[in-house]
Amino acid sequence: MQISKSDVEHVAKLARLEITETERDAFSKQLSAILTYVEQLKTLDTEGVEPTATVLEQTNVFREDKARPSLSVEKALANAPESESGHFRVPRILE
Amino acid sequence: MSLYKLTLRELQEKFTKGEVTACEIVQAYTLRLNQLEPKVRAYITLTKEAALAQAEALDEKLKGWRRTMALMGMPVAVKDNICTQGVLTTCASRMLSNFVPPYDASVIARLRGQSYLLLGKTNLDEFAMGSSTENSAFGPSRNPWNLSRVPGGSSGGSAAAVAADLCAAALGSDTGGSIRQPAACCGVVGLKPTYGRVSRFGLVAFASSLDQIGPITKDVADAAMLLGVIAGHDPLDSTSANLPVPDYAKALKKKDFKKLKVGVPREYFAEGLDPEVEQAVQAAIEEIKQLGGEIKEIALPRTDAAIATYYLIATAEASSNLARYDGVKYGLRSKETGNLLDMYMKTRQEGFGPEVKRRIMLGTYALSAGYYDAFYGKAQAVRTLIRQDFEAAFREVDLIVTPVTPTPAFKLGEKSEDPLQMYLSDIYTISVNLAGNPAIAVPCGFSKDGLPIGLQIIGRPFEEETLLRGAHAYEQATNWRTKRPNIR
Repeated sequence: MQISKSDVEHVAKLARLEITETERDAFSKQLSAILTYVEQLKTLDTEGVEPTATVLEQTNVFREDKARPSLSVEKALANAPESESGHFRVPRILE
Repeated sequence: MSLYKLTLRELQEKFTKGEVTACEIVQAYTLRLNQLEPKVRAYITLTKEAALAQAEALDEKLKGWRRTMALMGMPVAVKDNICTQGVLTTCASRMLSNFVPPYDASVIARLRGQSYLLLGKTNLDEFAMGSSTENSAFGPSRNPWNLSRVPGGSSGGSAAAVAADLCAAALGSDTGGSIRQPAACCGVVGLKPTYGRVSRFGLVAFASSLDQIGPITKDVADAAMLLGVIAGHDPLDSTSANLPVPDYAKALKKKDFKKLKVGVPREYFAEGLDPEVEQAVQAAIEEIKQLGGEIKEIALPRTDAAIATYYLIATAEASSNLARYDGVKYGLRSKETGNLLDMYMKTRQEGFGPEVKRRIMLGTYALSAGYYDAFYGKAQAVRTLIRQDFEAAFREVDLIVTPVTPTPAFKLGEKSEDPLQMYLSDIYTISVNLAGNPAIAVPCGFSKDGLPIGLQIIGRPFEEETLLRGAHAYEQATNWRTKRPNIR
């Protein structure tokens, strides 16, 4: 299976990854090899087989809707690259 | 005898009897670390000073009091993808190189509750993605048995630290073999518990339906002891199982395989298995037979499909989990200015290493419009078939034995150019994560080059007791654990 350079660019954009030309060329080759390998799954018959998302039996796990102690604003912001008056600060969104 | 040579239990016994203080323990390990850590490079962050301060406080507090808790005063290393409040947790990534968690992972809260001593945070492949620790942003760890070899991965730092006596025991995490494979490469014991047995709260997520925290220790009884502390239900992790935790030490009393049926899957002894590894594992199977085990050949017919299935599911989950690294709430933010989208793209470009990017790309592709059904959906269906293989096998047998790795530890740099070759080395460990079962790696011999070889024992879900009993019986009947690396 061939993953073209423009496929790589498209997927990188979806993944919010800026990539260099060198990376683009390498990913095109490596992802093609890996996807060719995983294509072997096509030979297995999975007609009517339920997909497994988790091995656990339990489905919805509920708890009481009660307030519990949580991180303080200072602690929650302590690792932020930029913060201002109790908020995370980000670059301009609209030009 | 040097304190650092002792098992967790031996050290605990001395500590409980008051023959040794917590300070003396930390001092012994500090000397050892000063001497060998520059060679092995098992740790990303060392916390020996904080450990010494804690040890002093502990010794003071304990004057005239009984010492009762299993891990009190015990020097433990923790993989650097498990959150430790106030202690840097980097995931071996540039992205998190400055991240100091404001809370403890639930497993750490339990260890802290017992007054354990954190010696440091161990090296790993970035975000636990890899089989050699070569993907660490801070450089690879070395295999204590041969410093030109990898220690395995991704919990390579934890395994190397245990093997080199740079801690008494360690925690790792296992998504596709990341506890068992490095344990085998370093000649120590590594246990991946059943999915849901141990809380994942505070474990930095890689592939949430596969990740599990577990112990890496000098012997099986230590693994049983550590598992007993970290296992159990946690309301903070909705995927943790609400089941009682048995007394794992009790499970070790029967030192045989009597009345146990032990399956040997023929698919695990096919092409690609190194003859020395095969020989060691076959000898172990013979030993298990001598110990009363009934050996049965079994089939796990979808073994061949496991790697493809895993690398679709794990990367899909990773691409979603790692979307959180956007330069907003914590971690790296690119200095390059621009709008918000530029900031995301540049931050992720600068913060992630090549393997992490590759997996995000693969996972994003597998989940993208037009390919979801053909790749991700297909892999989820095959995962069901792989689970069914294990369920069918465990109707016939109580335990399954296999190799852990196709070869002993490879050389640094040997596989780093070819990602697919690296993925293929996970063949014997990966299915277990897809199926959710518990499995343990125990030493079962050495190659002629003096590199450790591991035996994998797989059990039924939530039957860690049988798993530990078998592993312990085998370990006690052999003397592999007494051989220690001579680090040069």
